[in-house]
Amino acid sequence: MRSMKAVYTIWLRDVLRFMRERSRIVGTLAQPLLYLLIVGTGLSAAFRLPQAPEGFSYLQFMYPGILGMSVLFTSVFSGLSIVWDREFGFLKEVLVAPVPRWSVAVGKALGGSTVAMIQGAVLLLLAPLVGISLTFITILKVFLVLFIIAFSLTSLGITIASRMESMEGFQMIMNFLVMPLFFLSGALFPLKGVAPWMETLMKIDPLTYGVDALRNIIFANNDQGRLFVNFSLSLDLTVICLMALVFIFLGARAFNRQE
Amino acid sequence: MRDLVRKYKDFLAVKGVTFDVPEGEIFGFLGPNGAGKSTTIQILATLLKPTEGTAVVNGFDIRNEPDKVRQSIGLVFQDPSLDERLTARENLYFHAMLYNVETTIMKKRMAEVLEMVELADRQKDQVKTFSGGMRRRLEIARGLVHYPKVLFLDEPTVGLDPQTRKRIWEYIHYLRDKEGLTIFLTTHYMDEAENCQRIAVIDHGEIVALDTPENLKSVIGGDVIKISTDNNEEVLPVIKNRLQVKAEKQGDYIAIQVEKGEIFIPRLAVELKGRINSMVIKKPSLDDVFLHLTGREIREEGVNAVDRMRVYSKRKH
Ligand SMILES: Nc1ncnc2c1ncn2[C@@H]1O[C@H](COP(=O)(O)OP(=O)(O)O)[C@@H](O)[C@H]1O
Ligand SMILES: [Mg+2]
Repeated sequence: MRSMKAVYTIWLRDVLRFMRERSRIVGTLAQPLLYLLIVGTGLSAAFRLPQAPEGFSYLQFMYPGILGMSVLFTSVFSGLSIVWDREFGFLKEVLVAPVPRWSVAVGKALGGSTVAMIQGAVLLLLAPLVGISLTFITILKVFLVLFIIAFSLTSLGITIASRMESMEGFQMIMNFLVMPLFFLSGALFPLKGVAPWMETLMKIDPLTYGVDALRNIIFANNDQGRLFVNFSLSLDLTVICLMALVFIFLGARAFNRQE
Repeated sequence: MRDLVRKYKDFLAVKGVTFDVPEGEIFGFLGPNGAGKSTTIQILATLLKPTEGTAVVNGFDIRNEPDKVRQSIGLVFQDPSLDERLTARENLYFHAMLYNVETTIMKKRMAEVLEMVELADRQKDQVKTFSGGMRRRLEIARGLVHYPKVLFLDEPTVGLDPQTRKRIWEYIHYLRDKEGLTIFLTTHYMDEAENCQRIAVIDHGEIVALDTPENLKSVIGGDVIKISTDNNEEVLPVIKNRLQVKAEKQGDYIAIQVEKGEIFIPRLAVELKGRINSMVIKKPSLDDVFLHLTGREIREEGVNAVDRMRVYSKRKH
């Protein structure tokens, strides 16, 4: 009960802080638009899908990938923001309170997920623009998957942040972790038809299964879209749930370490 | 607290510190930067584990009952720890939530502590608009929200202007008197340590003396009175023989060593009726005590430079 109150408190603080930063809100709302319009339209002009079916655009193919991408960036970043909490001392105040450490990690992970989901919601509103129609049930399912992905990736961010001294390592993490996770996830190009070594790497990337889950759900009634789904929905969900469990476990453990 | 030892890797930051603080006392930890004051506080607040030894805070063992210790103490850190993007009130609210203060009591208590530190009218403003002194006061208020029995203050007045420092000492005394708190604080300002009921002087992780400020100062050998008279040569033997005190010539003055200057002066005035031209009484300061105990002075200059750097490095981001 008490732990739940602590989780809620940490979550509420993150959300309140988010609401208070105008620039972050604007960024959160504008970013998906940019991704979709600039990246999406730009790339669709340059690329042709292999075995592209009639009436199915690259933009439509990429839409679930853009969803995954915005959740990826936002949640890893939210998790890393714990470095600032530490820098500005607020973390100390939380860590000396009589609440279990894991509740702080979980609260933080939920806070980051919430922000990522707000961004996801904006993108879902844009779906008709790229010619994808979604039913209410589909949207609920998409939200569920987005939440699992966001929760795992915020936890991943928290785990990394616990080993970081300052935000100076941020660029390294973007270059060597976040970008590879994104490029190998099948968000931009389909898994089928790439070199075998690349295919192996893509199958190791847990985000591949997140993006695949989104395609599974969004293209449930779209035969052309289904061509680009690689795994069954149950496999996808199993992998991302496992990922969530592993990362939150690591994140909570990172918090528990007392110097 | 018993035989507390804390190592950072191979470095002994606190070397076997032992003391007791009775309920309702204002207890000061006085020592230069790097003496191990913050480390000791962090151990007592269960933020760090002792390498050896243990301590009991408010009846709870810091090793076995950390959550009970945490619930029963308030802590004001040396470095700022407020959430600047939140309002004063929100900072208190989140604290109350984390310490499980009942919702019905919470409102009343938050108003009470805000009133006490004179921030009630600013409670809806974001902390980033607050001055250093206001932040410090808010941190003290926050440490009180959950009705702690013991309040730890780590260098509560560092980097503040004299008026604010004085205000903070007034709060500290008020809290002891009105809320019956036990207060444990650290400082490296000698003059401030005099506000404590008892002081432990700590240097290089060891307690070198522990007593009331008066007793510590009496170690030095009491006060020094300097007088100049119409004829110092004549007067000096009079003082030595008739008043039975140590005295010597120092330039144009006679320096007299006595235990309590204010009691000695009337006697002196009667004895040397009309012959004294001027008189100065010098009370020993804790600076003198520290010098006496360690052979070094707490170098205020150096210390302040470090403080400024710390404040600066916290702000520059
Ligand atoms: N995290 C740490 N790692 C290594 N040494 C430390 C650490 N924290 C403090 N110290 C060292 O321990 C000693 C005591 O520090 P501290 O308790 O902060 O002193 P004070 O608060 O009295 O200024 C100092 O010499 C300091 O350099
Ligand atoms: Mg200190």
